[in-house]
Amino acid sequence: MSIPIAWYLVLAAVLFGIGAFGLLTKRSALIMFMCIELMLNAVNLTFVTFSRSFSDIGGQVTVFFVMVVAAAEVTVGLGIVVAVFRKRASTSVDELTELKD
Amino acid sequence: MIAVALTIPDVVVYVVAALMIVVGALGVISFRNPVHCALSLIMTLFGVAIAFIEQEAQFLAAVEIIVYAGAIVILFLFVIMFLGVDRRDEVRVDPLVGQRAFAGVGVVITIAGIIFLMARSHWITGVPHVATGVATKGNNSNVQELGRAVFTTYLFAFEATAALLVIAVVGAVVLARRERASTLESSDA
Repeated sequence: MSIPIAWYLVLAAVLFGIGAFGLLTKRSALIMFMCIELMLNAVNLTFVTFSRSFSDIGGQVTVFFVMVVAAAEVTVGLGIVVAVFRKRASTSVDELTELKD
Repeated sequence: MIAVALTIPDVVVYVVAALMIVVGALGVISFRNPVHCALSLIMTLFGVAIAFIEQEAQFLAAVEIIVYAGAIVILFLFVIMFLGVDRRDEVRVDPLVGQRAFAGVGVVITIAGIIFLMARSHWITGVPHVATGVATKGNNSNVQELGRAVFTTYLFAFEATAALLVIAVVGAVVLARRERASTLESSDA
């Protein structure tokens, strides 16, 4: 267990960046949700890394709660995607412009 | 920065986990087929689980596999199958001019800033507290430590998640319910 925590933090930053890039550039709501999962996992990795660094279990407990909230978020989010798909027959977020028009 | 003695197995495990995470994440944002994206996401999640085990968070690694790879990605795949597997509505024309370039520049600046901050701060260059990890504090295992913390210090948050999950399930059922069923109900009544 002697990997420096900086390695894990850089890895988490790269993972977060990839997820953020995908979230900003993708059109499909499903892929955007997957990119949000990537970003959540990057933050989880950071929490666990600092939990090890400070020898504090609180970071791991936070990751536990983040996973619960992520599960709830995906459930509701995919429900919304399914509901939108029923109305519009598409999951592209560019076509959801009712509020603008 | 390399003040600690790196052993070969640790480095190998880290490199494997990092490769799985980065390659899987790149696959998520580069594949055209949503099913391939979901499978690539599973690879990333396994890499994160390896990183968790490497950092003495065994319980979270198991939960990562069970909840994320076992439940969330399966939910993704279920919705992909439900909506049609060969639907690839990825447009090549950006609605905003130069959106990808702006996103790439912004992300690169953000990551560079984070890494710069980490490189400048002294706590990252010192020896990490790896002598006694979280799991080996006392004689308790990681699961015991985590369970004690969840059911004592964080009990209120734990109970709140129960309410959150119930609300999420009810919300998902309401959202995903077919409209036809409600109209049939009203017409019958």
